[in-house]
Amino acid sequence: MDDWLIAIIKVVCIWVWVLLIAVVMTWVERRGAGLIQDRPGPNRAGPWGLFQPLADGIKLFTKEEIIPTKARKILYILGPLLFSLPAFSAYAVVPFGDKIILGGKEIILQVSDVNIGFLFILAIGSMGVYGVILGGWGSTNKYSILGGLRSTAQMVSYEVPLGLALLAIVFVYGTFSLRDISLAQQGTFLGFLPNWGIFKQPLGFILFIVAAYAEANRVPFDLPEAESEIVSGYHTEYGSMRLGLYLFGEYVNLVTISGVIVALYFGSWHMPYIDLGAYLGPISWGIVSFCIFFLKVSFFLWMFVWVRWTLPRFRYDQVMGLGWRGLIPLALFNIFITALFIQLTV
Amino acid sequence: MNQNPTSQTSYESDNYVTINIGPSHPSMHGTLRIITMTDGETIVKAEPDIGYLHRGVEKLGESLTYHQFIPITDRLNYCSAIPNNVSYEMAVEKLMGVEVPEKAQLIRVIMMELARIADHQVCIGILGVDLGAFTPFFYLIIQREEIYEIFEWFNGARLTNTFGRIGGVDADLPDDFEERWEELKPNVRKANDETEKLLTHNRIWMDRTIGISAFSAEDALNRGFTGPCLRACGVKRDLRIDEPYCMYDKFKFEVPVGKNGDVFDRYIVRMIEMEESLKIIDQAYKLYKEMPSDAPLMARVPKVIKPPAGEVYSALESPNGELGFFVKSNGSANPYRIRIRPPCYMMFQALPELVKGEMVADLIACISSLNIIAGELDR
Amino acid sequence: MDLKKRVEQYLGPEGLVVAMTECQGDLSAEVPKKNILDVMHLLRDTPDLGFNFLSDVFGVDNLDLNKPKKKPKKKTEEGEGAEAEEEPKEKGPSPPRYEVVYLLLCLERNERLQVKVRVAEDDMEVDSLYPIWKASDWPEREIFDMFGIRFKGHPNLKRLLMWDDFPAHPLRKDYPLEGQGEERHLVYDD
Repeated sequence: MDDWLIAIIKVVCIWVWVLLIAVVMTWVERRGAGLIQDRPGPNRAGPWGLFQPLADGIKLFTKEEIIPTKARKILYILGPLLFSLPAFSAYAVVPFGDKIILGGKEIILQVSDVNIGFLFILAIGSMGVYGVILGGWGSTNKYSILGGLRSTAQMVSYEVPLGLALLAIVFVYGTFSLRDISLAQQGTFLGFLPNWGIFKQPLGFILFIVAAYAEANRVPFDLPEAESEIVSGYHTEYGSMRLGLYLFGEYVNLVTISGVIVALYFGSWHMPYIDLGAYLGPISWGIVSFCIFFLKVSFFLWMFVWVRWTLPRFRYDQVMGLGWRGLIPLALFNIFITALFIQLTV
Repeated sequence: MNQNPTSQTSYESDNYVTINIGPSHPSMHGTLRIITMTDGETIVKAEPDIGYLHRGVEKLGESLTYHQFIPITDRLNYCSAIPNNVSYEMAVEKLMGVEVPEKAQLIRVIMMELARIADHQVCIGILGVDLGAFTPFFYLIIQREEIYEIFEWFNGARLTNTFGRIGGVDADLPDDFEERWEELKPNVRKANDETEKLLTHNRIWMDRTIGISAFSAEDALNRGFTGPCLRACGVKRDLRIDEPYCMYDKFKFEVPVGKNGDVFDRYIVRMIEMEESLKIIDQAYKLYKEMPSDAPLMARVPKVIKPPAGEVYSALESPNGELGFFVKSNGSANPYRIRIRPPCYMMFQALPELVKGEMVADLIACISSLNIIAGELDR
Repeated sequence: MDLKKRVEQYLGPEGLVVAMTECQGDLSAEVPKKNILDVMHLLRDTPDLGFNFLSDVFGVDNLDLNKPKKKPKKKTEEGEGAEAEEEPKEKGPSPPRYEVVYLLLCLERNERLQVKVRVAEDDMEVDSLYPIWKASDWPEREIFDMFGIRFKGHPNLKRLLMWDDFPAHPLRKDYPLEGQGEERHLVYDD
């Protein structure tokens, strides 16, 4: 019974938490754009415009829902749902802290420590593409279809380097579970480097982050919704909360991706060089580990914003070229090197 | 008599998709419309369809007096109204045989060059936006805003300036022009620097612009290209130097020339031209300061302009290229015929050749780099 | 040698110049309509002339200039087929109503030349310059749109600025500017 209760509390908490970050991200994105572009950004609703996401939410919810007459209704309605549901569920296997001991019970700060964590993320992540392609197809709009096609090609292509980069991580740590990998990143190796994934897999990290940006449809890979070319891509015909689900799902994806990056490559909840867990009590360590994890995640969330307002956009064929001719051979090379290294040292 | 004499271009095909881009589309710069036939994302055929902003400016001119037409010229290239005004005024002055006082010419030069900077800033900013780089747009547009402040404070309008009168200019530069100019100049340079840092050597930017919609010099001349787009093709042609007007022969400045005539060259040519314009304004203001403060600003022209019967063509180097006005008079107070030769009209008609075989994304880049302004395109 | 003499020297002997006028330094040469392509070839290919850049092409309607000045023009009746008969024809044949003006430019010497062709109402067809300069593509379409002058050999002669089934040619001088006259030109069918 307790386990059930704890699980439900964890699900609700993490769900609300991820939603909250996504909401705040919409604000950070726009204020960040203002910061980078020498302008204030939204600053009317509340202090520093903090209530802007709220206002946007109210607007999206109260807007009239319009379904284009020629749209394929079922697909059209299904699209945003299929896009946002996987986005919300992917965070389930990503940790958000070490563990906390309450009333003698050890609670790990992760919704569920599945021993195939990676595969779950990859599988759920690729579900999102159905939402995009169905939305694009169901809208019966040429721009939407173009956006959907671009997105499909891009997501399918970039899943390969993403998976291959993750595979190298599995070689290094010998497990699929994100919690186990996180735990293994404590301490140092070679005497001075933190035991983090990025130092063991530098090339893998670059491959992963590039592929992750492409998976998240972020600049410079935001072709599926390239405003100047295909209006808004797959969500051209969407309005009200259906559009909101698409936009929201994207931000939730960002949170998930940042979480995965931190858990795999940036030492999860560990501070470099210091093992805080040894000095703090079980409850305070739980909170501190969560804070450390969250700080790292925030940095990567900010990086998404930063990159978005800095780089121009690729062209469709260039994205494909980069994926197939650049990232995949590199990822294979990375696997080869990793395997060789492990073979020689172990 | 009104039937269509040629066969309609066919867009029906089993292998290709026809995409109608515009007239209402985020990157169609007003109301352009392009009907494209694509094979996947590669353009097989593109046909521009213009006229969505046609206001009958040339017809309007025939029923207005000569002075009344000046505000209409604002609405041609609304990104830089001043060269339009001056070009029209120069045409009428030529028709009347009026010599404009030097001081007025210098004020015109200063204002036209400011307008050129503003125009290029918008063009490059929008090119960035269309290629997905938002930030340079804001760096540039903030400085353009400062230039508009100068316009506003000079003649009360920001966008549609209605600058000058036939025979000269109506007002002198205000006293603190120098102050404002000295403040503006480094900021413009800084914005340009930041834009260059963000774009010029950016790998993605280079991939997206180099070799895109390249045009040879020969084709460009055949198609009637002028201005930065012609210079990007490697033809050193600038009316400011080749057919000097408004004392441009007294200033020293470089005319940048590209090589391949692609989007990147057009971008670089515009970047350099902004710098040159800054230099011209400096020189012009120096000359201006040497003039006596009571020097005339207007030539002696009658209150009601009635040029003798005749017809002249007068052109100047607007930010986009050769902007010419053909004015035909029958001796009355209204022009008999006004013909505007907008620079981007000639360039936009080459679009099918420019984008053939490129991708949809390149089409957008191409249009932005040509700086098509629907106002002067459709008139 | 100044431009006028040069033009006369090369075009004159073949009878390709009808008249030359000069206005404030702008030289314009009127040439016979049927020879326009020959003239353009000569102007472009003769090294001494070398007009290798077509700056612009446009039309002019001389209806009001040709008219004897007695009273201001009244409202026009019934489309533009009617006004041809309205034209007073007492003093012999009036000069052709339309002009097509070509603005040429010599890039090497920075000389400009206007070449003019007169187009009478009963023969509204001019040879297209598209084979020589592609720059004449849209201007010619616009002249067709605005004046109804056809261009022989133009690859895609259809309306440019107005929509395809617009019933009139608005830059003609007898096109009314406002009010019911314009309404009468437009036929709306529901």
